[in-house]
Amino acid sequence: MTDKGLVPALSLIGLLVLWIVAAALTADPTILPTPWSLAGPFLREVQSGELLFHLGHTLLRVIWAFVLAMAIGMALGLVMGRFPKVDRWLDPWLVVFLNLPALVLIVLCYLWIGLNETAAIIAVTLNKVPNVTTMIREGARSFDPDLDAMACVYRMAPMARLRHVLLPQLAPFIAAAARSGVAVIWKIVLVVEFLGRSSGIGFKIHLYFQLFDVRMVLVYALSFIMVMLIVEWSLLQPWERRVRRWRTA
Amino acid sequence: MIKVDVIRKAYGDTPVLGRIAFEIERGETVAILGPSGIGKSTLLRLIAGIDDRYEGHIDRPEKMAIVFQEPTLLLWRSVLQNLTLIHPDLSEKAARAMLDKVGIGGKSNLFPGQLSLGQQRRLALARAFAGDPDFLIMDEPFVSLDPKTAEVMLSLTETLISEVRPATLFVTHARAEAERLKARILELRGAPAALAPRLVSEKERP
Repeated sequence: MTDKGLVPALSLIGLLVLWIVAAALTADPTILPTPWSLAGPFLREVQSGELLFHLGHTLLRVIWAFVLAMAIGMALGLVMGRFPKVDRWLDPWLVVFLNLPALVLIVLCYLWIGLNETAAIIAVTLNKVPNVTTMIREGARSFDPDLDAMACVYRMAPMARLRHVLLPQLAPFIAAAARSGVAVIWKIVLVVEFLGRSSGIGFKIHLYFQLFDVRMVLVYALSFIMVMLIVEWSLLQPWERRVRRWRTA
Repeated sequence: MIKVDVIRKAYGDTPVLGRIAFEIERGETVAILGPSGIGKSTLLRLIAGIDDRYEGHIDRPEKMAIVFQEPTLLLWRSVLQNLTLIHPDLSEKAARAMLDKVGIGGKSNLFPGQLSLGQQRRLALARAFAGDPDFLIMDEPFVSLDPKTAEVMLSLTETLISEVRPATLFVTHARAEAERLKARILELRGAPAALAPRLVSEKERP
């Protein structure tokens, strides 16, 4: 194993050791169970199909909200970064939404739209759009004006300009927005499920919270963290490496 | 074929350009000379159609090309794609031939960042001429080059201009470069800048 793989592995093992020590010091499995005592409940949940069912539902909501938030945020950020007039009009809205607590948006969406899937996904999307917009706007403000002039004189078609001139300049900002987006979105999805859904990891955590079952809360939370790590390693990081290829070549 | 008639250009309340009128014929090279800060780049942006906030009128053809001081390449696309994406009608074969002509034929699959600065400038020249432009605009393309490289780039430009024969507008502060390209010289002077009458009169008069 190379140094690059070794350090994260050692760091994760360190966290595990910390957990074991803390569990030993607590000496009460109803408050902090040991890592290995989770294996049994975990397998039971996998075999019954419960875990996969709820994981799937949460993952689907994360994907929907992520795609919507990235698409809307990128379009808004691009327009606001490119057209200062639009920016002056929309910036105050952005500040309002950036400072609106996630919980308020979620409750309002449920109250106005109803306790359904649409409300859940809209609530999560609205929570993330302002962040994506802010980051993409920063990127759009840093476009190279000479490249713009070049594309203009050579009469590049609008789609070609977007794809080959603008989006590659935005790539680092898109990557940063996607990275923080995935992390924030799945946490908000859990809150949304906790408050008003009857499926998903957040719903199960709500259930076991009422039963005071720390072990099951941990089983469900850790399972989803694992899923998100797999997404990070198998999708986000390879994509980022691919669009950064020209820098490192 | 290119008809420039600028009446006035201002940034806010500050007029930068006064009345500037001239024409460029196909195959002709016109050089605009003047000290830095006089408004050469402003005029170039108007003529190129990058900036349309001015009083006056400019006729320009559809097929244009531009070479900047810096190479201004798509650093995230391959050398070959820097020609084919900008000129979608250009065949890959023609693009490769163009790269050969400017002396970077073996580099088509590299990224521009893997080329030397001199090679990047050759690529920028290749991009300008690959579209067979009717009108070529060059903004101090040889500034900041050492004399030897500048000489090589000048003669390459000379060859390409004589083959493609576009109308060429060449902005520079070096008279020697303009004379080397056998350009008709127009000089910008004053504030707001206008063409110096002495040099315009000979050819502009009907």
